Amino acid sequence: MIPGREVQSVALAAIALLAAGALPYYGSDYLLSLGITIAMFTVLSTSWALFSGPTHYISLATAAFFGLGTYTTGLGFESLPFWSLICLAGVLGAALAALVGLATLRLSGVYFVIFTLGLAELIRQVITWGQNMTGQKGLYVLTDFSEADLFQMLVALAALVFLAGWLIGRSRLGFALRIVGEDETVAAHSGINTAQVKVLLFMVSGAVAAMTGAILAPRYVYIEPSLAFTPLLSFQVVIMALLGGVHRLWGPTVGVIPFTLILEAISASFPNQVTLFIGIVFLIIVYLLPRGFAGLLEQLRDWSGKREALS
Amino acid sequence: MSQTVLSLQGATKRFGGLVAVNGIDFDVRQGQVLGLIGPNGSGKSTVLNLISGALGLTAGEISLRGAVISGQRADKIARRGIARTFQLVRLLPGMNVEQNIIAGAVFGHRRRWGASARQEAIRLAKRVGLDGKGPMAVGQLTYIDTKRVELARALASDPKLLLLDEWLAGLNPTELQVGIALIQSLREEGRTIVLVEHVMDAIRSLCDRCVVMSSGDKIAEGTPDAVLSDPEVIRAYLGDADA
Repeated sequence: MIPGREVQSVALAAIALLAAGALPYYGSDYLLSLGITIAMFTVLSTSWALFSGPTHYISLATAAFFGLGTYTTGLGFESLPFWSLICLAGVLGAALAALVGLATLRLSGVYFVIFTLGLAELIRQVITWGQNMTGQKGLYVLTDFSEADLFQMLVALAALVFLAGWLIGRSRLGFALRIVGEDETVAAHSGINTAQVKVLLFMVSGAVAAMTGAILAPRYVYIEPSLAFTPLLSFQVVIMALLGGVHRLWGPTVGVIPFTLILEAISASFPNQVTLFIGIVFLIIVYLLPRGFAGLLEQLRDWSGKREALS
Repeated sequence: MSQTVLSLQGATKRFGGLVAVNGIDFDVRQGQVLGLIGPNGSGKSTVLNLISGALGLTAGEISLRGAVISGQRADKIARRGIARTFQLVRLLPGMNVEQNIIAGAVFGHRRRWGASARQEAIRLAKRVGLDGKGPMAVGQLTYIDTKRVELARALASDPKLLLLDEWLAGLNPTELQVGIALIQSLREEGRTIVLVEHVMDAIRSLCDRCVVMSSGDKIAEGTPDAVLSDPEVIRAYLGDADA
């Protein structure tokens, strides 16, 4: 049985996604371009939070998966249909996540963070080296896709991620992951194969990031390792997810939208202060918003509920 | 004679040069309550950790109903039917009482999910004395209630063997009587239990048999009255009398 409140949330999410998906029909080119960035970070942050939210394992590998996806498209768009490249990127992302997971998830949090950051750099260096050997610097990705096409694909992917997140949240797997995040020892002694649960969710997260990269490759037209594997992307995803709140499926989205809009305004007027802005947001999260906007909203709701009860 | 549930043969654990558990043997039969006693640092909790798979054996063998379980991961051992509580209570702080209990029902020896897991959690909450406290945050509970949640979580998988690590420690005299009665009622239900305990009243009233450990060795085994009057056991607890 699905409770009424959840039906309401699902219906609301469906309407929001449909409205977003129709943006190309009513929005300007500028709005569409902004929409692509928002859709991209919504997908990346939400899928990041599926794994890192409950487990508290901060992954900085998003750029590695994303870059893997862009290169999948970059190398294959001339010989394979685009949809198959998106699927292939998902499979490759999941496989990479499985490898990383098996190697690192037995380690405690801090080592995991450093490893994932290092991984993205490692792959970037390997591809740079590979390209140097072949005398190339980057890849041209010339396709017929318009911005509207890419945007709608991203919105569809976002719908898939929300659906997956909702289903996982209701499943034994999701419950197991929450227990693992709360106390791994208790989880193991309750019969949960903790490594397997973590690797599975990390694979979902990695697959989605790689698919996002595959969809976005045509937008960049020309891709090179420093762009596809930029560590800034990994940090942005973490900060947006934390800003929104990782304990709710919709949390990251409410972080992504204001962050992207403000970042956009700052990079237009003060292009050199972008990293300063990211740093300030990070401090705000740590000191003022430990549970993100989602936590703040819930706090306000509880507070107003109590006031009503008193009056 | 009833079936052997748990069997330890030459169970040994070394941490570097320190022998924490030195070739321990004992059996636990169906429906028995076995007390593992001894002074602090004698290796009791280590034995419990070896049985539950939190630690791996250096040598020897542990089997559950005839099947070797030593060398397996903790989660596998839990699924085969061993549930435990912890010396320092470990609850899931982000979940309420009911969810904490459900956590024990979903992945262990007997698996339930959805409404059936919830019903079982409600039944167990009542069983251990937490009736109506299901929706409470675990941070708001009294100490004995946190112990009750942990016990209910362990019972939720309907284990073949229950391990209680100083479940009665830290309770005040009134709570202690309640706690002893609760474990007594589990015994009457026919549960097979291994408990590590310091409270002598509890050991006398709850245990069918005791294994006494000192510095990693088993120094005595028998009924509570027999082992507690054993001169070697008294010496291990109190030291040699000054001549």
